[in-house]
Amino acid sequence: MKSGNFLHYLDNVVTLELDQGRCIGCGICQEVCPHQVFSLQDGKAMVVARDNCMECSACARNCPVGALRVEAGEGCVRAIINELLGREGDCC
Amino acid sequence: MKNEQPIAEKERVQRILPMAAAKPETAFKPPSLEQDFVVGKLASPVGEVPKVAAALTGRDRMGSYLCRWNIGRMSFVVEPGLYALGSPDSASPVLVTANFKMSFDQLRVALPNRDCWLLVLDTKGINVWCAAGKGTFGTVELYDRIVSSRLSEVVTHRQIIVPQLGAPGVCGLDVKKYTGFQVVWGPVMAPDLPAFLDTGLVADPAMRRKGFPLAERLALAPVEFIQAIGKTFVLMLFFLLLSGLGGEHSFWQASLEMGFFAVLALLAALISGTLLVPVLLPWLSGRAFSIKGMWTGLFSFLVLVAIYGFVSPVRIIGRLEAVSWLLMVPALSSWFAMNFTGASTYTSRSGVRYEMLRAIPLQAAAGLAGLLCWLVARFWLT
Repeated sequence: MKSGNFLHYLDNVVTLELDQGRCIGCGICQEVCPHQVFSLQDGKAMVVARDNCMECSACARNCPVGALRVEAGEGCVRAIINELLGREGDCC
Repeated sequence: MKNEQPIAEKERVQRILPMAAAKPETAFKPPSLEQDFVVGKLASPVGEVPKVAAALTGRDRMGSYLCRWNIGRMSFVVEPGLYALGSPDSASPVLVTANFKMSFDQLRVALPNRDCWLLVLDTKGINVWCAAGKGTFGTVELYDRIVSSRLSEVVTHRQIIVPQLGAPGVCGLDVKKYTGFQVVWGPVMAPDLPAFLDTGLVADPAMRRKGFPLAERLALAPVEFIQAIGKTFVLMLFFLLLSGLGGEHSFWQASLEMGFFAVLALLAALISGTLLVPVLLPWLSGRAFSIKGMWTGLFSFLVLVAIYGFVSPVRIIGRLEAVSWLLMVPALSSWFAMNFTGASTYTSRSGVRYEMLRAIPLQAAAGLAGLLCWLVARFWLT
């Protein structure tokens, strides 16, 4: 367990939403998530580490039934400033 | 003629997939054999494929090194398309990567003595993960490359290994649906590939996790440093100039009075925000990067004050001048540190937004208050 715990950004900010009613338990979200946000329990995906989510949207992009939603976008400071100022501009 | 069916299929994909855009057919010529890292060519059912080696040359390493210092970073590219690593045949695995040369090099260097096909997507010279976030390492581009490289004629199996960090841009099910190729999610880090290939394409949980180890933070810090150095330079000139305008001596002499300390203080802010924060990231208090940067700024300011007497014994800094930098150094360091969120591997966009909306007003307030103190110290208290 080397320095795993510091990979934890702000609490209660992420936009990740899982609709368990739609989930078919295929486990693809768990497979593609780089931060172990999901776990499979009783044939359904569960969000077990919500605040570890970095909103990369790998899960939402690959969910076969559209059970996942996350507001993704370029997370760098310049891109957000451009967005706040309503400007067109690139990030990196 | 030969491509008739795939092109019709492509139009269908472009209607269905939101990020699809029509591309000219000339965008799909095979990669050139003339690129300096190509060591030969391999005859295949679709013609000659450029061959590459797993070993990097001094030139490859030099390119990566310069990139890490932000030199030529956006033009360090590989022509997209199909490459042969070693001597692959129709049963060899196909690995997908980005056309950022550092991504391409890290992939082949991880696979010594292996025979694989490397399918390089056109990500405009951006690495896999960032390009996946932008959508350029995406379903449509992957679809286009599979079709234009005529991959189905090159290999008999129907599997492609896509790095897990490409998943934000690539929908595996759509790729399967439109190309027949099943996407197998490879490990996050290329060095895990040999183990992944040898265990029958099974990734253990550790291979699925993205960390942020010290080596990686150190590798990313110089780009931040170089990007910030220009702005710091402008500020240094600004303070030297203002310092020169005050005081009773000649411009040059006066500019050094308060300007010398200003230059050192700005350097402290630069180093603490762009180098200390990446290195000390796990141990700095606070989750927001702006708070971490404030701490390192405060720390480096105190160190500077402590050693300044030895550096410049002729002059001690004024009290108000010290207060001004006590405000400005942490503010600037905090700003630089906040920019490192873009390079980190675990910050969310919502979080960065949340942090920015709260930190920027404070950084600006501290910066302006500091500037005001400094101006008073320079022009009214001398």
